[in-house]
Amino acid sequence: MFQKRVVVCLDVRDGKTTKGIKFKGNVDIGDPVLMAEEYYKQGVDELVFYDITASSDKRGIMIDVVKEVAKRIFIPFTVGGGINSLEDIRAVIDAGAEKVSLNSGAVRNPNIIKEGAEVFGNQCIVLAMDAKADDTCPSGYRIVTSGGRNETQWDALEWAKEGVRLGAGEIVLNSIDADGMKTGYEMNLTKMISEAVSVPVVASGGAGVPKHLADVLTEGKADAALIASMVHYGDYTVSSIKNELKELGVSVRIV
Amino acid sequence: MKIGIVDYNAGNLTSVVSALSFIGSDYVVSSEHSVLMGCDKLIFPGVGEANWAMEQLRVRDLERSLREFKKSGKPILGICLGSQIILDHSQESDTNCLGLVPGEAKHFPKDMGLKIPHIGWNTVEHNGKGIFRGIPKEASFYFVHSYYVEPKDKKNVIGKTTYGIEFCSSVEYENITAFQFHPEKSGEVGLQLLRNFVEA
Repeated sequence: MFQKRVVVCLDVRDGKTTKGIKFKGNVDIGDPVLMAEEYYKQGVDELVFYDITASSDKRGIMIDVVKEVAKRIFIPFTVGGGINSLEDIRAVIDAGAEKVSLNSGAVRNPNIIKEGAEVFGNQCIVLAMDAKADDTCPSGYRIVTSGGRNETQWDALEWAKEGVRLGAGEIVLNSIDADGMKTGYEMNLTKMISEAVSVPVVASGGAGVPKHLADVLTEGKADAALIASMVHYGDYTVSSIKNELKELGVSVRIV
Repeated sequence: MKIGIVDYNAGNLTSVVSALSFIGSDYVVSSEHSVLMGCDKLIFPGVGEANWAMEQLRVRDLERSLREFKKSGKPILGICLGSQIILDHSQESDTNCLGLVPGEAKHFPKDMGLKIPHIGWNTVEHNGKGIFRGIPKEASFYFVHSYYVEPKDKKNVIGKTTYGIEFCSSVEYENITAFQFHPEKSGEVGLQLLRNFVEA
């Protein structure tokens, strides 16, 4: 039976995760490799590492993290943040990541999606988009960058279609309005985009309780749900979330 | 026991290498005919497009290596694209493939109302024997593909998966075993499958 995915996102700055963590046991707080290993043991289906390192001279640290993760974790993982060129893509793929996540780099230069897909295959190219409610856009949502500080000219629905046309094999759809609110994913947005594109959509932003994941994976038509703080702060484990999803009738992988 | 990993510039070899290192297997990554022929078993991985992959094999004279290895009777494991281009033909770019296993790679029907590629975790119906020994019935594996394997003879199907349609996700023909999914990315059960291949 085909299963819905639970994806955990780790924000990494200069080789350390930026959110604290309250794992039971002796996991080093802030070490992305050990955190990834713990989530792997809990049965996470996929991981995303988002590099928010400010200075480019420290970027190599992230590559070391990716290499170490690849040695220990045998599920797919994606690397995003600061990926603007084919060379950036090649570096993380060669280090062992399955996919790269393109965001503002793709807004600045949409051709990177096409070039990346041609060289590495569509399955490798994830288009991450930050959408914000905006009545002046035909779909009701606008693409923004820099955490919502920059407005772009793109309507969210048009950008999703354009990204897929250019070769994106998957979309991570983040709602700026719902992000951090813990009141649930942006259902209208997720359903609209998921129904409009041929590729899988990963819902992001707003998860507070397992029911939120269940809702977006069924009613919201998402193929996967991305979480961060729900597990980073120890309120839930990946396995507790998945067990609840199963009870709510969502087909998930239980390990 | 030396495992040869066929390097033809296609897809993500790193993950197969990492998985073999992790399970403590002795391996070599190579595109050299003599090196590969000297191995006890071959792993033929792959992510990418069929026609392009066949070209990559040809320019490295690896078509010959795979044929000769098949003839030698030593075990070969195909993964993902590697499970498709061992067939006679692929619908992807109408590509004539290696012809090591009778059959064809077909595209999923476009009217299934499902997302294509088939990306994510899915179960495999298997008999728990041979390569699947010790693998629980309910175990899930990681898939990323738009084409699937259809062997000419149904008796070569050793694993079935449903995504809109029921398709062959594992095939066995003479000394060749092939998986549509990625055992190297399927967690502990995937590693167990690789151990089963290496240690058989």
